[in-house]
Amino acid sequence: MSALPQSSALRRMAGLMPALLVIGIFMLGPLCIIAAYSFMEASPYGGVRPEFSFGAYRQFLFDLDLDDSLIFNPAYLNIVARSVVLAVAATSLSLVLGFPAAYYIATRPPHWRTVLLLLVTIPFWTNLLIRTFAWILILRDDGLINSVLMWLGATDAPLRLLYTDGAIAVGLIYSYLPFMVLPIYASLEKIDMRLVEAAHDLHANRLQAMWRVILPLAKPGIIAGSILVFIPSLGAFIAPDLLGGGRRLMIGSLIHMQFSSSRNWPFGSAVAMILLAVVLVLMLVYARNAGRGRGEAAR
Amino acid sequence: MTADAGNVATSKAAAAARRRTRAPFVTGEYPGFRFFTIVFFFFLYAPILVLIVYSFNDNRSATLWTEFSIDWYIRAFNNDDIRRAALNSLTIALVAASAATVIATLAALILVRGGRFPGHSLAYGLISLPLMVPEIVTAVATLSFFAAIGLSLGLGNVIIAHTVFCIPFAYMPIQARLSDMDTTFEQAAQDLYANDWNAFRHVTLPLMMPGIVAGAMLAFIISIDDVIITLMVAGAGSTTLPVYIYGMVRMGVTPEVNAVSTVLLAISILFVSLSWMINRRR
Repeated sequence: MSALPQSSALRRMAGLMPALLVIGIFMLGPLCIIAAYSFMEASPYGGVRPEFSFGAYRQFLFDLDLDDSLIFNPAYLNIVARSVVLAVAATSLSLVLGFPAAYYIATRPPHWRTVLLLLVTIPFWTNLLIRTFAWILILRDDGLINSVLMWLGATDAPLRLLYTDGAIAVGLIYSYLPFMVLPIYASLEKIDMRLVEAAHDLHANRLQAMWRVILPLAKPGIIAGSILVFIPSLGAFIAPDLLGGGRRLMIGSLIHMQFSSSRNWPFGSAVAMILLAVVLVLMLVYARNAGRGRGEAAR
Repeated sequence: MTADAGNVATSKAAAAARRRTRAPFVTGEYPGFRFFTIVFFFFLYAPILVLIVYSFNDNRSATLWTEFSIDWYIRAFNNDDIRRAALNSLTIALVAASAATVIATLAALILVRGGRFPGHSLAYGLISLPLMVPEIVTAVATLSFFAAIGLSLGLGNVIIAHTVFCIPFAYMPIQARLSDMDTTFEQAAQDLYANDWNAFRHVTLPLMMPGIVAGAMLAFIISIDDVIITLMVAGAGSTTLPVYIYGMVRMGVTPEVNAVSTVLLAISILFVSLSWMINRRR
């Protein structure tokens, strides 16, 4: 069958070992460490004290009163809520902008498709920090948009665009838009256009053909794209840090802060574990969805 | 293909529509979508263009356009910190991408060509794990890990961290190439009494080379672009270019940042395009 005889278990071990060792030690290892840290107590100068405690998870929801009674503190829950709202907004706007583009690309002749797809992927491979930084040039008080608006006389004083939730949302969309387009394109490209014709033959107008034929067929791609935008948006660090000015926190910036200025490693680890759990659950949904999509295609 | 069929089927309707001086009805065409697509690509590329244009602006304020100039590039090039950071970035990316590519090639050979074996999907899952864990989580976890085991190799720490997340990126194109490859050439080599090593060395390896090169290039850009993980893991002496840019941006925008950023953008775009072209030429 191949140049590598399948019988050779030894060779199989030798080939896989480097990858499994490097990722096992330097990826799984660190994840185990923060999992352990999240159940320990913070040492005042950073790092942890090895004493078992649920304190980090408790701190997520409750403050301790002087007499050790729990007081509900929604501050961190608010950060999570803000992250979810911003990630949902970024995902839905990406869908609105990304679906028509994916559809348009998928209905071009094959030669054009490859070129347009490359154009979609190029920004994804360029530096996220730099692409986000470019938005500072556009959004800040003496930035491009405000300069143009004031030159047009539309406004006297610059509008506050940077360091708002809107700026973060724009940054998130800009960061992850290709993740929306590529899976939708992949599912649209497979659609048999004769089905759309059949819909028109049955007196469906364009809107009905879209709603009843194309969208249901593109559903696996839409779900995949939405999850692929939602997940990194939820844990984003660069967009809230640069475009939110570091004051409008999201989960990612909260975690970063615990390991830098706040020096509360157990709490940072606990938040990281919560984020990781949410992401892994979404990944499972994504994998099942992808598996089902393949099953339907095979049928 | 399908569009042609649609054209034929709807030609009558199209003719009728034209008589009414409307756009011809083509199955599956949605008129507004072209506009959306233009907006989409404008949104994708306008900020990058803005950055490039400003980097050539001869003005301290970095927002008002005055005159074309390459001063900021010269200044950035003469900045010792930037040069040191660039050298660090190159060293880390070269070592991490090479290591990741070798590791990924070996793993792909086993996972694609080694048949099914117990633990196959587990191994595949482990290789794609760095793609699934949010970057900020990887960053703080790796920081905690290095602190816990007391590993402080300076640049070495960063190289290890980069190698880990480069592996899946190097792996994907190599795996794609290998699964597309016919095994007939290798069978022919074996029929001609080549031993395993010779068949691999003279047949399999050259055939999978485009995938390997593409994978190495993607790993290289992923490494050279990384901010979050490097920011947490890198010590004082091992600042990379993106981490340096991050620091400068946090302190306030200077045109020097635009110049360095443009250079970094150009490198990434060059590499992606090259990797795309290599992978397309089969």
